[in-house]
Amino acid sequence: MSDDTATRTIEIECLRYCSETDAEPRFQTYHVPFRDDMSVLQGLQHIKDHIDGTLTFRWSCRMAICGSCGQMVNGVPQLACHTFLRDYFPGKVRVEPLDHFPIIRDLVIDQTGFLDKLEAVKPYLIPRVEKPVAAGAYVQTPKQMERYYQYSQCINCLLCYAACPQYGLNPAFAGPAALATMHRYNADSRDQGWIARRDVANAEEGVWGCTLVGYCSEVCPKDVDPAHAINQNKVNSTIDYFGLGRFLGKGGGE
Amino acid sequence: MTRFRPAGKTYVRSTTGWWRKNPHFVRYMIRESSAVFVSIYALVLLAGLVSLTVGEVAFDMWRAALATPVSVVFHLVAALFVAYHSMTWFMVMPKTMPDLPVSPRLITAGGIVASVVMSMLILWWAAR
Repeated sequence: MSDDTATRTIEIECLRYCSETDAEPRFQTYHVPFRDDMSVLQGLQHIKDHIDGTLTFRWSCRMAICGSCGQMVNGVPQLACHTFLRDYFPGKVRVEPLDHFPIIRDLVIDQTGFLDKLEAVKPYLIPRVEKPVAAGAYVQTPKQMERYYQYSQCINCLLCYAACPQYGLNPAFAGPAALATMHRYNADSRDQGWIARRDVANAEEGVWGCTLVGYCSEVCPKDVDPAHAINQNKVNSTIDYFGLGRFLGKGGGE
Repeated sequence: MTRFRPAGKTYVRSTTGWWRKNPHFVRYMIRESSAVFVSIYALVLLAGLVSLTVGEVAFDMWRAALATPVSVVFHLVAALFVAYHSMTWFMVMPKTMPDLPVSPRLITAGGIVASVVMSMLILWWAAR
């Protein structure tokens, strides 16, 4: 059994960029003492608290719930709090901001483009039938809930965007998380479904921007499986394109 | 365009050589480029079909062309790519289907087994 109180020292290489002083990013290496129970995030926090207070990164919950601390850890999109330094020792850890996003400073990316996409998919219930509050709740069976539950687990950590080369090559692509969230509402029995969001899905930047690289689903820390969500909707989009909805008795996605 | 306040000056990294950065992307590129070999192979087969309709001489010429070393090497390489292509095809298949009550692994394994069995049957039928 390893002694988790023993302290070892690991090399953490961080991408540094300050728009006021740097023309382009550079790497800075820190030697960080760590214990077996320390995450990459704790390593970064050690740097900020004890070595270099100017290192900038986002974090909040420390337990893979908030989705704030997504970084490229040795080239792989990861939640820094969900990744342990011990797994990289005696090698070094290279931490970079999430791929495909503009860098604001150090490890912090600009996520405004994503916020627009998230808003575009109308990530809220659009009821089939509007009921007054007095009429009671919109009820649902466990089986109906099962159809969308997995897709509702998204924490918008953006690891899937960093894993998506199509998004990297074309930032206009709606991308994995936004389209998975779209599917989450489309698959909800209380929602109008496909009809309410077909324009986003059918657009050039919609589901057809995906070429099923499939890496998004692999890096997702919440097992949302965005690749599955997107590619199911290609069927719905095809039904729309050929106007087959009325023959199949549905507008897709029902 | 956006109602969110965009950040000030940012740095956008280049995507040059993106597919070499990650083994997953390398496999993806091989998967996609294997389609080139699949389509060339399909065209060769189509040429055979056309020459069959033209007549016996044309068909014999097509068969003679198949027996050349260049063609044999191409078909060996193409066979490898086609095998990889069909394997990856079944690997992504569960992602393109609606939620099914069976495990995605079963769909993948079933598809691969079915294609191997079919290939063997055709090979046996052709060689008989």
